[in-house]
Amino acid sequence: MSPVPGRGLAKGLAVTLRTMTRRSVTAQYPDAQPELPPRTRGVIGLFEENCTVCMLCARECPDWCIYIDSHKETVPPAAPGGRERSRNVLDRFAIDFALCMYCGICIEVCPFDALFWSPEFEYAETDIHELTHERDKLREWMWTVPAPPALDPAAEDPKEIAAARKTADKLAAEQAAQAQQAEQAQAGTQAQADDGTQADSPQAPQGPQAEPPQEGDA
Amino acid sequence: MDSTLDVVLRLVAVLVVFLVLPLVVGQTEHKVMAHMQGRLGPMYAGGFHGWAQLVADGVKFAQKEDVVPAAADRRVFQLAPAVALLPYLLVLIAIPVGPHGFVGEAVDAGLFFVLAVMGVGVLGSLMAGWASANKFSLLGGVRTAAQLMAYEVPMLLTAASVAMAAGTVSLPGILDAFHWWWIPWQIVGGLVFFTAGLAELQRPPFDMPVADSEIIFGAYTEYTGLRFALFLLAEYAGIVVLCALTAVLFLGGWHGPMSGSLGWLWTLVKTGLLAFVVIWLRVSYPRLREDQLQKLAWTILIPLSLAQIALTGVVKVVIS
Repeated sequence: MSPVPGRGLAKGLAVTLRTMTRRSVTAQYPDAQPELPPRTRGVIGLFEENCTVCMLCARECPDWCIYIDSHKETVPPAAPGGRERSRNVLDRFAIDFALCMYCGICIEVCPFDALFWSPEFEYAETDIHELTHERDKLREWMWTVPAPPALDPAAEDPKEIAAARKTADKLAAEQAAQAQQAEQAQAGTQAQADDGTQADSPQAPQGPQAEPPQEGDA
Repeated sequence: MDSTLDVVLRLVAVLVVFLVLPLVVGQTEHKVMAHMQGRLGPMYAGGFHGWAQLVADGVKFAQKEDVVPAAADRRVFQLAPAVALLPYLLVLIAIPVGPHGFVGEAVDAGLFFVLAVMGVGVLGSLMAGWASANKFSLLGGVRTAAQLMAYEVPMLLTAASVAMAAGTVSLPGILDAFHWWWIPWQIVGGLVFFTAGLAELQRPPFDMPVADSEIIFGAYTEYTGLRFALFLLAEYAGIVVLCALTAVLFLGGWHGPMSGSLGWLWTLVKTGLLAFVVIWLRVSYPRLREDQLQKLAWTILIPLSLAQIALTGVVKVVIS
């Protein structure tokens, strides 16, 4: 096969010898913490201030490992004479990590951004029952959730910024239109005697006024 | 009285070497093998880079229960580890370490003694395999025997080539007759001797008698605790003996710069380098198949060793 007999044997020896001279890739784990990527699925943290007890996470969970208890409280009316409001208050939020299969559906499905992945992974227990972690522990893990990674250089703006910018543009356009209108109104008073411009002056303000709804649709 | 003390001292020194060097080789194997595979190996036992790992292993083995299978041939089964281990201790006595009688006991027919006693070590595996009353053990034992048969021949032939070159079978005598040009002259013999020795020690890539993917652990399948540890120790003692013997026969033993005062160091360095090669080969090569093993011995090593003997004879006649 190989032109020189025994070349393969020498190659094998060379590979192992070269590997020996290189730094080993072993990470001394308990002494040195691993550097985990920010989206690591270590544990699920609960940002309970955002939770509205909508139960979506518990219902979507494929192995039913989320336990939620809540009760309703009535909140006095915001304005005097108004109707009393009711509100869900979270009593218990627990995830059984012995059942959890780390699919992340609860995090995907949460409409209020109350659940997050955290890279924290050191929560082994000696008893399987102790793997059911309650809301205080889940809330603590929120502190280990890293900031969301930066967007790609050429990416679209995040939804929030895009929406805010749209509103700002709209406002600016409205103000500009008003300013223009005011200017033209001034010009109109100056040129009242002129009959030829009468047809133009009502048309001019219509243009900018019609524009904002179009932007909103787009 | 003085001579008695001398003998006792020599024996104690040989015993200490016998207990320390195999462990050093074992620890080196742990670390070298790990680094060749991109790992670190033991790092905790003893604090500094796991230096005490084998001590810890020994303590663990000593704590384990010593089980003898009900159907086993009890006495033979219990005796086998000693038969495997002690020959290497005996061989170590006859290996010269330095010049001017730096040797446990200078045996006149040293080469003969050494090779004969080393062959006994393999009997330990054979006894273990037979006495275990286990098919896998028996297969392992029989494979050991077949391997011994095949590889003892090239080993003896190449050793004979050195004895021819030196004109003596005494190990110190061979070293006294050594010249540097013996190394290129006997290099083929040295390679064959070393390879055959590896096969006799059942070291990878010649470890079919303990091929764990085929026959569990061969002759040692039924062993536990200290007796199993003795078999492992025998393997590492075997590496030390084989490497020392190869160094003495083919690499000039204590010969080297400043051999008058540092001869023993040269023997140790050469032995250590060869032990490194043993580990290196283990890491690099996969296990041969049983028939490939036999083919290698009978169709390659034996012709090569016969050619070496012919070459030795011709050169010997020409220079005399």
